[in-house]
Amino acid sequence: MSDTADTKQMAYIAAQAADARVNLEIETEGMTLNIGPQHPATHGTLRIVVRLDGEQVISADPLMGYMHRGYEKLTEVRTYPQVTTLVNRIDWLGSFANEVPFILAAEQLMEVEAPPRAQWIRTALFEMSRIANVVLFLGDMGVQLGAVTPVFFAFRDREFILNQIEAVTGGRFHPNFDRIGGLKDDLPKGWIDETRGVLKRIRNFCDEIETLVVGNEIFQSRTRNIGVIPADIGLSYGLSGANIRSSGVDWDIRRDGGVGLVHNELDWKVWTHPDGDSFARFWVRLQEVRESCTMIEQILDGIPSGPVMAKVPRIIKVPAGEAYVETENPLGVMGYYVISKGDLTPFRVKIRSASFNNVSITPWLLKGVYVPDVISILASLYFILGDIDR
Amino acid sequence: MSVVLADLAYWQETTIRLLVGLIAVLLPAGTLVYLFLFKMMSFMQSRLGPMEAGPYGSLQLLAEVGKFLQKEDILPKAADRLIFKLAPFVVLISTFLLILVIPAGPDLWFIDVDTGIFLGLAVSSISVIGILMAGWASSSKYSLLGALRATGQLIAYELPMVLAVVGVIIQAGTLNVQEIVMAQATGEIFGFGGIGNPYVITQFVGFLIFLIAVQAELTQPPFDMPVAESELVTGYLTEYSGLRFLMFFIGEFATAAIFSALAATLFLGGWYVPGLEPTDNLFNVIGPIVLLGKMLLVAFFIFWFRFTYPRFREDQLQQLAWKVLIPLSLVNIVITGVLKVVF
Repeated sequence: MSDTADTKQMAYIAAQAADARVNLEIETEGMTLNIGPQHPATHGTLRIVVRLDGEQVISADPLMGYMHRGYEKLTEVRTYPQVTTLVNRIDWLGSFANEVPFILAAEQLMEVEAPPRAQWIRTALFEMSRIANVVLFLGDMGVQLGAVTPVFFAFRDREFILNQIEAVTGGRFHPNFDRIGGLKDDLPKGWIDETRGVLKRIRNFCDEIETLVVGNEIFQSRTRNIGVIPADIGLSYGLSGANIRSSGVDWDIRRDGGVGLVHNELDWKVWTHPDGDSFARFWVRLQEVRESCTMIEQILDGIPSGPVMAKVPRIIKVPAGEAYVETENPLGVMGYYVISKGDLTPFRVKIRSASFNNVSITPWLLKGVYVPDVISILASLYFILGDIDR
Repeated sequence: MSVVLADLAYWQETTIRLLVGLIAVLLPAGTLVYLFLFKMMSFMQSRLGPMEAGPYGSLQLLAEVGKFLQKEDILPKAADRLIFKLAPFVVLISTFLLILVIPAGPDLWFIDVDTGIFLGLAVSSISVIGILMAGWASSSKYSLLGALRATGQLIAYELPMVLAVVGVIIQAGTLNVQEIVMAQATGEIFGFGGIGNPYVITQFVGFLIFLIAVQAELTQPPFDMPVAESELVTGYLTEYSGLRFLMFFIGEFATAAIFSALAATLFLGGWYVPGLEPTDNLFNVIGPIVLLGKMLLVAFFIFWFRFTYPRFREDQLQQLAWKVLIPLSLVNIVITGVLKVVF
């Protein structure tokens, strides 16, 4: 080693040591902030431990499990028809959508198929539960950003959708209406006309949100280029639903190989957005509510006649086997992996819920953002606590 | 008021002043809470608001106060007890001092000092100290973050507020608030003197800046980062309960009322209505009512923004203050000065 290189090296080491000493002397202490388990922004009991430097996030760890209710285990001591009561409560805002994949998996194992009319009504209720769920998100996003007004509009108009769901199923939040081989009942009289009026209200609500929230400069400056998820990162974390579609991935199970529901017979569009930021996630969901309205309108026009229940035995015993069915639920892809040993009860059920994966990206996504953006990003990822912890 | 009180003993005079001051702070604050926070907000959000307590819920405010009085006064274990207890009073002091400078009629005022508006803007900043005390003494991280945000925000918006008022001062040629009102009452707009010269017409840029700064000073949406319910769980208020919380609450709305009254005084002509001589004795009777009406008008805009907009981020707020409002108000001062010299 030459002399010059040696001096250079020594100088470098000395400079590094000086830097280190300065850093040690003036280093300020970071702050650990527990966002949750009781915090208004987590609407439930999610806990996020963030390390803060001033208001900037150094690291964020979501801690889950405060609301774990053990549904996967509980299904093992329930008969198949009883399981729908449990799974209603996973994503409590769009509860009918939770029943569908489980029933479809059981039907696959039993090799029965619901009659066409039942499938069409199922699809209508499936999309209505999506509206009931996402409409609340559209209002709630405003609350997380400090505007309280939109959420009241959301509650006001969601009530009409819930009324329609109640008219069919008898339950606003927990319909427990889906049966293996069809549905419990047919539609009540006059329901189809009433629903048309309700859908008009929901469209009005979407327009209202578009002018009140989407067009607002402050809303845009708070969400544009905030929390950007590139498509490949999003896919590697297993994001699904509107979260991945807003990153430009054109993937929707309703269109690409969904079973049991009649989405493929309807004329509709899968919305995507190239940006992948909070604004894109909000915008895609807004369009999806409108798209759901279009779908339901087509269903109301084209619903076939016939029975709503296939021939199934009175006491349901599912033959031994395994089935995995997933559907495009309001929050993302939801799947049930059902293993049966030929008993009255499932042997093992694994539930793949969307929010669990959607939240798992937060440590990557929240690095380096400011505290207010933590809240807006979490809101735009849109999770339901029951859907995370099951 | 000084005329009426001239013959009374010192203690009688002070008592009357205190009582009138209490009414002058609490009555507009209560009006704002009922009219805007309870009713207007509800109508904007397609609901009815309070309806049970009294006709149209008009006694709801009393019910709320009664509720707060009954609540347990919780002191966090790790709190700095003395400072924690003192903080709400400091915030209220700034509110009560601010009302002193606002005249409600030709002879109705608390103090008539030649540096009135300067005094008012100076004492309005005392509330920052109270907020910082509250945030620090609560020994809660959310409170601390909220208090620091509040401090940064109030410092940033004090400046455009003062600079916006400077335009008015240049035009009126005085710091005395009573004389500013008189100047508006007797002034004329480019030779037309029919309605006096409310400075909102010639100083509309200043008026807008003043309103925005007031909004930020009151920590109301879209500038409510210090209390931000969804982020900081109401910031420096997090640990307060019962009576102390009520005092912060009163402080917030009383300050909103008084800043609205100040804006009405500086830009809308204060207690004066066109058509009467400004020295008319009648103004000592209708002046307070006129001022209340104008105050409600200004407060309507403040609360309208409050219920409509989402909130800024802290850095966006600072950018708005330093890069937009302050340069704009400086330009406003220059133009006002030039026009003042020319005309």
